[in-house]
Amino acid sequence: MEFVNEMRLVFPALPENEAFARLAVSGFILPLDPTMEALADVKTAVSEAVTNAIVHAYPRGSGAVRLWARYSADGLIEVDVSDRGRGIEDVEKARQPFFTTGEDEERSGMGFTVMESFMDRVVVRSAPGKGTTVRLYKRVEPRDEAVPRRA
Amino acid sequence: MLSYEVKKSGLMVRLTGELDHSAAEGLRRELDRLIDETRAKKLLLDLSGLTFMDSSGIGLIIGRYKKMVRLGGSVAVIAANRRIDKLFDMAGLYQLVERRA
Repeated sequence: MEFVNEMRLVFPALPENEAFARLAVSGFILPLDPTMEALADVKTAVSEAVTNAIVHAYPRGSGAVRLWARYSADGLIEVDVSDRGRGIEDVEKARQPFFTTGEDEERSGMGFTVMESFMDRVVVRSAPGKGTTVRLYKRVEPRDEAVPRRA
Repeated sequence: MLSYEVKKSGLMVRLTGELDHSAAEGLRRELDRLIDETRAKKLLLDLSGLTFMDSSGIGLIIGRYKKMVRLGGSVAVIAANRRIDKLFDMAGLYQLVERRA
């Protein structure tokens, strides 16, 4: 797969960066001329993945969340949301609807379900003590011929 | 953000802006305070002013549903759009809270 554009962001795992992260990704993919629906799908999925990192990755102290987004000329978008936090012990279990760690706040446990429903594919790589990467895939159909030229 | 009105039919709260994890914490405190102060039996959440919502909104509403049920009351949501419906349907939320147009 040849990507024609990419961007990377690194920011501390703070709740006030959730809005920034999803807006940055939605701004980045605008040249693909996605539908409002597709744009909202990506925004929501990024918000879920970034929130998971912020809530779960660094229970003691602080750490960084890394975003890496890229797209191909024909509209395939891939977004990696990574942390170097505590990792997920059982990824399959964590992906189940309504699964929560039951810590502190009210979480619905629907984060992965939402990502899976709004994106074409979600791949999770995680190792306890090393961190987690959530890779989100989505193909958007351009609304017209406004496919970006190769950079 | 929110604004509210105490009506005969219950506590009507209008949520505005973006409902994500960072906003949910403050909204939860505000809503719980209003529920406790007004002792309303019905919480009516007007969602028409929301420009974004993720699964944090599901958590917030399920939490308020549990609180209202504990107090012998109930929750209804008003003016949910198609995207919000999709989120709520994933979680089976409309089995717990009433959906009003």
